Amino acid sequence: MEKKLMKGNEALAEAAIRCGCKCFFGYPITPQTELSEYMAKRMNASGGVFLQAESEIAAINMVLGAASTGVRAMTSSSSPGISLKSEGISYIAGSDLPCVIINVQRGGPGLGGIQPSQADYWQATKGLGHGDFHVLVFAPSSVQEVVDMVSYAFDMADKYRMPAMLLSDGLLGQMMEPVVFPEQKSEAIEKPWAANGHKNERKHNIINSLYIEATDLENTVVERYKKYDEIKATLPDAETYMTDDAEYIITAYGATARVCKSAVNLARAEGIKAGLIRPKTLWPFPSEIIKNATENAKAILCVEMSTGQMVDDVKLAVECKKNVEFFGRTGGVIPTPAEVLAQIKKLGGIE
Amino acid sequence: MAVVFERPKSLADIRLHYCPGCTHGIIHRLVCEVIDEMGIEGDTVGVCPVGCSVFAYNYFNCDMIEAPHGRAPAVATGVKRAQPDKFVFTYQGDGDLAAIGTCETVHAATRGENIVVIFVNNTIYGMTGGQMAPTTLPGQVSTTTPFGRDPKLAGFPVRVCEMLSTLDGVALAQRVAVDSVPHIREAKKAIRKAFENQRDKKGFSIVEVLSTCPTNWGLSPVDAIKRLQDEMIPYYPLGVYADKEVKF
Repeated sequence: MEKKLMKGNEALAEAAIRCGCKCFFGYPITPQTELSEYMAKRMNASGGVFLQAESEIAAINMVLGAASTGVRAMTSSSSPGISLKSEGISYIAGSDLPCVIINVQRGGPGLGGIQPSQADYWQATKGLGHGDFHVLVFAPSSVQEVVDMVSYAFDMADKYRMPAMLLSDGLLGQMMEPVVFPEQKSEAIEKPWAANGHKNERKHNIINSLYIEATDLENTVVERYKKYDEIKATLPDAETYMTDDAEYIITAYGATARVCKSAVNLARAEGIKAGLIRPKTLWPFPSEIIKNATENAKAILCVEMSTGQMVDDVKLAVECKKNVEFFGRTGGVIPTPAEVLAQIKKLGGIE
Repeated sequence: MAVVFERPKSLADIRLHYCPGCTHGIIHRLVCEVIDEMGIEGDTVGVCPVGCSVFAYNYFNCDMIEAPHGRAPAVATGVKRAQPDKFVFTYQGDGDLAAIGTCETVHAATRGENIVVIFVNNTIYGMTGGQMAPTTLPGQVSTTTPFGRDPKLAGFPVRVCEMLSTLDGVALAQRVAVDSVPHIREAKKAIRKAFENQRDKKGFSIVEVLSTCPTNWGLSPVDAIKRLQDEMIPYYPLGVYADKEVKF
């Protein structure tokens, strides 16, 4: 298959179109704007819908409307915009609708900055809106993986009738890498629940998240959590790199994991037994994989472009039985392999 | 025996939750009569708001979506763009449409989004128990304007049809009332026209319906109708504010 050199944001857009995304609703924000611009060029010509919404809030609600009718719908934004979308994401989750949301993360809080960041981990995995719910969260670390994960995110969103987020960042969005677009399997599944006109052939469908009776709401949420349990048992995924004999294991996701892989290579060249675990799903979190892969490790170093968010989940994964240290840069600063190597040495008391 | 009056087929045969004397029931009925007459129930998707008509998804027999507060025009946009051959309408109150949802309303209108908006204006937040709405009249008492709405403090009411009529994408903006039989007949004609506009791909159509809220106004149903006539219609004159060909 043909290799193409593409920017992360544009490759993501192309991959979404190829896997059957029919509607894209967006709003301009750096560093995800190329994604919308690419959709504006390609979407209408490929028989789909591109619409620039008046706000992030309107965009996610347009996704809600389109997804309600059973088509694959997507929106993308960067950190401050995702905060605005969180109301709609909660309603989408509460209405059991599938959709894909892209967050090309930038520094925060507030207007923050426009450089790469991973400071929305907590928001994505634990607080994407009010109420009891989860969103599938996938974390690519290369442009190729961005392409592969978009299609997977749509499939899983449809399968489990819930929103899925691709947690990208400004680095992955802006850099160019060669990518291959896989042959598309059309996985159009039946959506008998869709509100797309009953044609006088069935009772009306209602897309709704309101349950005025407390016990009705409780029952609905409890049922939804059974689905989450099934997901937690089957979907967690992580890449392990040189962990078999590793004494010091780094946990890192997304663009940071690429830096950490270089640091592991530097460490190995100096005879230090380092390894890397890279979560590919952030919710469900690959706790078992981390627990098993770190069984013989002396210590764990969690590296993030934040002041330390995923590190809490790593500590829980190893049941706080291992020494878990943290190293991070934040505000849009990308850690270097040399910095990470220094932290590995510090962890091992190595001169 | 000849049937001279019956429940519209697209209006569910269940008890509505609205208060005695509230005119939501009439407006639901008018929308359903139009849907029946045009024979489009199977091709219609309705979007309901947050507010008194939040349970409207149970009352309309077409497919229904419950939108977040104020977002119905954005949700309807998503539905219509994904399914352009379906009829899509929103049913919204004044707080939903003219306060928290102003942005979504204005932009759906200016895009000429080919949808129908039924806007029920009763000058108050009913569901939450009678707070000031964007349409509450100067001097009107509500639980958050206990001494009457003072424009110096709380600003002026929004005249939605007049405001939207300035936008190029609006095919129809008409204000009607359901206080009398002639007005109710007029209201139905406007709603029918709005749905026909959508069928003919003419652009955005809004029908503002002046409605009563006896419970939160603290009036009997009869006095509530009188207030609508004496106080609301002078401030919100009935009529057609836009009826034009949208030149896309």
